[in-house]
Amino acid sequence: MNNHDRPLSPHLSIYRWPITMATSILHRATGIAMAAGFIVLVGWLFDTAVGPDVYAKFLGAMSSTLGCVLLVGWSYAFFYHLSNGIRHLVWDTGRGLEKGQATASAWFVIVASIVLTAAFWWVAS
Amino acid sequence: MVRHRGIYRADGSILVGGVMSLRSPLSRVLGLGTAKDGTSHWWGQRVSGMALAVLGLWFAWSLATLSGFSHPEAVAFISQPVNALLLLLLSLTMAWHSYLGVQVVIEDYVHSHGLRIASLLLSRYAHVVLAAAAIFAILKIGIGA
Repeated sequence: MNNHDRPLSPHLSIYRWPITMATSILHRATGIAMAAGFIVLVGWLFDTAVGPDVYAKFLGAMSSTLGCVLLVGWSYAFFYHLSNGIRHLVWDTGRGLEKGQATASAWFVIVASIVLTAAFWWVAS
Repeated sequence: MVRHRGIYRADGSILVGGVMSLRSPLSRVLGLGTAKDGTSHWWGQRVSGMALAVLGLWFAWSLATLSGFSHPEAVAFISQPVNALLLLLLSLTMAWHSYLGVQVVIEDYVHSHGLRIASLLLSRYAHVVLAAAAIFAILKIGIGA
């Protein structure tokens, strides 16, 4: 059956992204990123337990450019997932679900996650 | 206590909106739904998430204020009893929370039945291995140092 000419319902690509959509997708993306980061966290603990030689290799990998980019990324993922997770917990109580409130809290979470990540590296350095 | 809407009849059947419910009274009372585990996944995610908010902030603060990342400094940090305990809690809670999250992602995106079961199994085993490795490492450093 030829139905190429029939009108299609609007799909994801046709909408301007509301910020709440971006925060929702980012919550899942940062979660997946941290699941991968958990492997590195356990690697840090395990390599420390194994001994100085293996630990030196771990430290070398994490000190590389790629390693540093990943560490900054994981720190942002943590602070974003934390901020937006608290937003989800507030939603669970039935509060803040109005469109205007959700948009406002989305921007708040984005700003908070950037500020927290910057503060983390400021304290660390 | 959850009050279920409907008219409870003497024979045990329940009328909802004038129609007899096909769900057994036991099913309604247990409230476990079609997946048979009710809201346990949802609750687990919240409970572990709230714990991780505290444990994660402690860990972030510890990393940021650690004097350095040489091997002796890492051993000194991990072998402190309070740190070792909190690291154990962090690792186990993170393994649990991560498993619950990855499970939802797999269920959402992996549509082939066989591949989905295989992915869920792999994820479960991987998270158990990571948790076990973390426990072993922390105990070895904490006791051996």
